[in-house]
Amino acid sequence: MNKTDQSVKINIDESLCKRCGFCIEYCNTKVYEADQDGLPLVKNLDNCTKCRLCELRCPDFAVKVEVENNE
Amino acid sequence: MAVNLSYREYFKEDALPLMWCAGCGNGILLRAITDSLADLEIPPHQVVVSTGIGCWGKADDYMTTHAFHGSHGRALAFGTGIKLGNPDLHVIALMGDGDALAIGGNHFIHAARRNIDITAIISNNFTYGMTGGQYSPTTPLSSKTTTSPIGVAEPAFDVCGLAEECGANYVARSTVYHVTQLKRLITAAIKKKGFNVVEAINTCPTHFGRRNVPGDTVEMMNYIKEMTVAKSRYEKMDDEEKAKYLVTGELVNKERPDFLSVYREINPAASESGRGEGK
Amino acid sequence: MSRPEGVQLMEGNHACAWGAIDAGARFYAGYPITPSSEIAEVCARELPAYGGTYIQMEDEIGSMAAIVGASLSGKKTFTATSGPGFSLMQENLGVGIYQEVPCVVVNIQRVGPATGLATQPAQADVMQARWGTHGDHPIIAISPASVQEMYYFTIRAFNLAERFRTPVILLGDQVVGQTYENITLPDPDSLELIERKKPVVAPEDFLPYQADENLVPPMAAYGDKHIVHASSTCHCETGYSNFKYGTNRQLLTRLKNKIYNYTDEIVEVEHFGPEDADVTLISFGCSSRVCKYVIGEAEKEGIKVNLLRLITIWPFPDQEVQKALAKVGAAVVAEMNQGQVIHEVNRVNTTNTPVHLASGIDGELIRPEIVMNSIKEAVK
Repeated sequence: MNKTDQSVKINIDESLCKRCGFCIEYCNTKVYEADQDGLPLVKNLDNCTKCRLCELRCPDFAVKVEVENNE
Repeated sequence: MAVNLSYREYFKEDALPLMWCAGCGNGILLRAITDSLADLEIPPHQVVVSTGIGCWGKADDYMTTHAFHGSHGRALAFGTGIKLGNPDLHVIALMGDGDALAIGGNHFIHAARRNIDITAIISNNFTYGMTGGQYSPTTPLSSKTTTSPIGVAEPAFDVCGLAEECGANYVARSTVYHVTQLKRLITAAIKKKGFNVVEAINTCPTHFGRRNVPGDTVEMMNYIKEMTVAKSRYEKMDDEEKAKYLVTGELVNKERPDFLSVYREINPAASESGRGEGK
Repeated sequence: MSRPEGVQLMEGNHACAWGAIDAGARFYAGYPITPSSEIAEVCARELPAYGGTYIQMEDEIGSMAAIVGASLSGKKTFTATSGPGFSLMQENLGVGIYQEVPCVVVNIQRVGPATGLATQPAQADVMQARWGTHGDHPIIAISPASVQEMYYFTIRAFNLAERFRTPVILLGDQVVGQTYENITLPDPDSLELIERKKPVVAPEDFLPYQADENLVPPMAAYGDKHIVHASSTCHCETGYSNFKYGTNRQLLTRLKNKIYNYTDEIVEVEHFGPEDADVTLISFGCSSRVCKYVIGEAEKEGIKVNLLRLITIWPFPDQEVQKALAKVGAAVVAEMNQGQVIHEVNRVNTTNTPVHLASGIDGELIRPEIVMNSIKEAVK
């Protein structure tokens, strides 16, 4: 399946996030930006390549990348 | 995704949030392990995690598999009994660097020598985090810790080199930055019979990082990223350059028969399952 | 070698190993140490034929750990050691107690501390057996005095371990371990064996540390669909670590009560000699055999002496000792140490009966004259 046939949702659980900044720093397509406390905000979802590395590299299980196949 | 199982089968979600510090990679390692178990589709009741004591030793609190949380340094010794008591089990020992290589060093070298069928996953953050950041057997020479305020005078163990020399069947190294490689190596180690070691280079921004890495969590992660180099690149380096890096990837992959296979061959009376109840 | 049957001339350590095998032990982990190594040797030779496994660990720390692990995988397990090895086992013995893991630790006592008079007999690990591991905890320890008892008491130790879901110490000594005597091996099918209780609830309802009416949690094995979380950290009924106020009190209280509320099932003593006596000897293990001889010698000198032999050392037979002290003018505690059981005797001495010590610390079976001298002192 082509990745363009998929839509993506990213959930950040604010209560689990410890503001380590890994997701923001290591996203190659700069999907995230930090708010003033360091909480990642999904600013550029259109840039997401669905690589899920942010989810796998989140030490606190706070990032969930949900990829859905479009009809 | 091709697999049917999710890491959630093995991960105790209701125990969140994790107790580890911001920027500690233990959670990343935990995700890699639970993802590997899901990929291998091993039912949780056929897995026993045997944990040591220390930050990483708390990992069993977040798992739904059978678990054993024992004494400092002894995860492999308890695990040896667990495995021999029921050879059908997948036994995974989760140990820190001090846990596996200082207080548990004797068990580590003998587990490798006898090639007991256990997967040892060592979270190496170069320090005793739980006790406040003292130097460990893997702390790089001259690093500052609470018990080496000027710099540690002891050279560090090469965890993978030690495992290889002692006879481990499978030895690999990755980091909590290289998450896809980490999961791939853990999956291979769990799948393979024998004593299999995965060293996961880990971050400790709170203790090791604070004294040795300028900056915060991200700089700590960059530090372990930059101290490692993939095997393909490493092999092209000269010795002087090699000495600056820790090599990552699959380092040893042998086919030594594991302890129980040899034991059964030498003692043909030992029953196939080891669960015989004969008088 | 097939199992010896009927009347046999046998060494105590061999009898212990056969007792374990007949009790259903199928896993032995150990480290060689005199005077206990023959137990390991018999297990190495015999266990494979019973579907069991012998492993020689890198030290006694690992041996104790391995028997705890294998028991949680569903096997009856044991180890044997002596002095220094028993010291090394203490930390993981505590893990076994706290996680409620049935297993048997055989300590063939020798002279210490340190290397001591290797490898001569002593009975100086009585308090170590009780308090050797750190923290509050109960313990069961029983003391054989003959080769025949090395066989039966090993079986008894396994039964107690399974019944109470706890490590049990067989507190032997070099004399009973390495003496050869004629013993009778029974038909193994005639033995009454106790097995750990398995859970009766469905896997999804199972809490690995939820105790039954006897305060003992039914025990699933690793590999069962009933998930077992065994932790050396303070834990609640789920087995997962729990630091809430009250959890530790609840756990430690149950661990104590599951044994101390049932001492009538555990405590055993032997009464020997005349019921009415001037002096009661209190002893255990190999020393008690010397006491039996001394009773006859004392009689020749006109002193009426009897013996209360402690078969169970821990929990201490409080009531039995108290009763014995109340009946006599004086008591002598005969033990191969500088005085360990005597402290427990004095603890329960509500009648203020004079208690003397006969102390054998010469690296040999306590000499009759040491006991006799204490008796004479007691009747002065």
